[in-house]
Amino acid sequence: MIFLLLINCFVTLSIRLPLKSLHTMNRLDVKHLKKYYTSQKAVDDISFSLAPGSIFGLLGPNGAGKTTLIRMITGILFPDEGDIIFDGQSFNPDKDNAFIGYMPEEKGLYKKMKIGDQAIYLARLKGLSRATALERVKHWFIKFEMESWWNKRVEDLSKGMQQKLQFVTTVLNDPKLIILDEPFSGLDPVNSNLIKEEIYNLAQKGASIIFSTHRMEQVEEICDHIILVNKGQKILDGTVSGVKQQFKEAIFSIGLDDYPPVTDAPFEIIGQNANQQILKIKEGYRSNDVLQYYLAKQVGINSFQEILPSLNDIFIKLVHGTPLARQFETVTA
Amino acid sequence: MNKILLVIQREYLVRVKKKSFVYTTILVPIIIVAFYAAIIAIGMSGSSEKNKIAVIDQANLFNGKVENAKNDGSQYEFITGQSPDSVKENFKKMGYDYFLFIPPMNITQAAGNIQLYSQSPVSVNFKSKVERTINNAIELKRLQSVNITRDQYRSIQSDVSIENKLKNGKEEKKSVAGVASGVAFFCGMLIYIIMLIYGTMVMRGVMEEKISRIAEVMVSSVKPFQLMMGKIIGIGAVGLTQFAIWILLIAGLQFILPFFIPGLDVSAIPQAGPGANVAGAAGMMETMRTGLHSVPWVLIIGCFIFYFLGGFLLYASLFAAVGSVVSDDQQEAQQMVFPIMMPIILGFVIMTKAISEPNSPLVIFGSLFPLTSPVVMMGRIMYDVPASQLITSMLLLVLGFLLFAWLTAKIYRTGILMYGKKVTWKEMIRWAFRKS
Repeated sequence: MIFLLLINCFVTLSIRLPLKSLHTMNRLDVKHLKKYYTSQKAVDDISFSLAPGSIFGLLGPNGAGKTTLIRMITGILFPDEGDIIFDGQSFNPDKDNAFIGYMPEEKGLYKKMKIGDQAIYLARLKGLSRATALERVKHWFIKFEMESWWNKRVEDLSKGMQQKLQFVTTVLNDPKLIILDEPFSGLDPVNSNLIKEEIYNLAQKGASIIFSTHRMEQVEEICDHIILVNKGQKILDGTVSGVKQQFKEAIFSIGLDDYPPVTDAPFEIIGQNANQQILKIKEGYRSNDVLQYYLAKQVGINSFQEILPSLNDIFIKLVHGTPLARQFETVTA
Repeated sequence: MNKILLVIQREYLVRVKKKSFVYTTILVPIIIVAFYAAIIAIGMSGSSEKNKIAVIDQANLFNGKVENAKNDGSQYEFITGQSPDSVKENFKKMGYDYFLFIPPMNITQAAGNIQLYSQSPVSVNFKSKVERTINNAIELKRLQSVNITRDQYRSIQSDVSIENKLKNGKEEKKSVAGVASGVAFFCGMLIYIIMLIYGTMVMRGVMEEKISRIAEVMVSSVKPFQLMMGKIIGIGAVGLTQFAIWILLIAGLQFILPFFIPGLDVSAIPQAGPGANVAGAAGMMETMRTGLHSVPWVLIIGCFIFYFLGGFLLYASLFAAVGSVVSDDQQEAQQMVFPIMMPIILGFVIMTKAISEPNSPLVIFGSLFPLTSPVVMMGRIMYDVPASQLITSMLLLVLGFLLFAWLTAKIYRTGILMYGKKVTWKEMIRWAFRKS
């Protein structure tokens, strides 16, 4: 017995050792993942890492390969090439499924099955015992005020309620990795906030969350790290603030007492309303030059602030190649 | 392994707990028994109905009395002193249902011109009853004319049935074709129906998972193959449960029914028939009874269970594959399912041929080919199938199932995650043979 244990330790150590040498162990390392279909390269050499407790935004237009990528991470599809390292070990879907919670974009439950039974069934398929499953389901149902639903059928629930139930069934197994594809679709603001709170809670307890959506304002609000995928390739990777800094275009908003006519300025005005002026600093000048220009004009300055591009703008720029400035005009006009 | 059990459990319980399952499982045998009871009841009530027949017997066939008239359920009354024409006009007013006119005749010659008058057309059944009564009377007259008693005549009559013995080398055994092959044919038909009904149920189950979009959640927890086989086995178990309950209920109802309806007994049927027919019917019952005893039940039931399971599993995996590729369009499902229905129906056609030509090359092929063997072999099993063929057929069925399960699992895996795209058979075949 002890001998077996020793072997076991040795085996695990020998697998883990080379990875331990990294500074911190990631929850998930995706390395050069590829999945080619006959008609297209669905995922073409994508790599990224995910730390424990981080909320990770997976962005990309329709058909970019997000779903294929997610399906490989959840073990539904096998990659053609590349490695997935889950908690320091090569990803083994049969075993690691128990630690993953997946809420796909195409959501669904058994319509005719009672909700309580269904939640327990899904939890048990993740390897929970009957007793544990029952306990967890009760806990979450109470937390989400769903106890009275127990004997209802899914088809009797509204779409938003189904969504809530779907979220609960996703996290019942206390997953280390939670993948949420458009988790807020069909939810009212109250329930959206409830689930958002839970996402923060789960991340705080150490769960890593991959969050896939088209709603950029939600990504900005929730995620700390994002990657952007287009045509099967990763075209952007970084923290939300880092990415914004990277794509800033020297655009500022300034609030003045009076807006004098501007001539020969170190900036050009790209938008204006009664309270503020949006301006873009010309090549070779700094923000201070703007202030000096207006100080020289003897106008009272109330506010002065840099405008970072929204993820939405960056997204559109990178995916469609549209210039940022034009986006601003349409946004602020 | 534990997960596949969970899937089986769910698929089984969800269906068994359904109200429709409870209804069909309980109602079907009740309907069958009630139908059966109704047939017997109608048969009995029909014979007890009184038909009053006015008879003018100018040939004096009956000597004024009809033997066994009570058994017939008809009441013959002989009328003398009135002309046939006036009775013909007035038999209804006189309180008769029919008027039978027998003109004078020479009994040694073929009788003709006997007329039965009625207001509405008489049933074939009634007509033949009256004909039989007249025939009996003519026969009796003819016997008397040559001085033979009825008993003597009976002792002269012969009724042989020949026995078919099989002589193959040294072995000699009794052929049990006949009743036994009837039973086997019934089993083959049952397998045919089961494959269709429960196969379709598997398909609908898979479609439900795909359409309700739970498939993707499921396959992130269990392997697609586990999900598919769990569903197939679970539904197969539902089928077995339903059959077990049906057999128990039918047997039980048949046992208790005679207590509720006195006189309703299988043995009551031949007694209700007219006298002349009793011997024949009883003889047939006797053949049935000995026939049923001679049926090799172990062989039939053994083969039934084997071919039921094999056939169901094989076709269920095909139905599952089709269910996985159709979107929520019922019509599309019907189109896709047609190529699967074909071999099942073909098997049924070949089985009907097996009854008349059990050893023709087509039937032998059909009983070996895994897509038709579950049905065909059942129809052929009673005609002394060589053990080598039986074993080959069973082996091929097992291999066929494994092959189809392997191929269809690949179609299923791809199909259930594909939304809103119409899949063709060509694509399905490509998925099936794609390296995984």
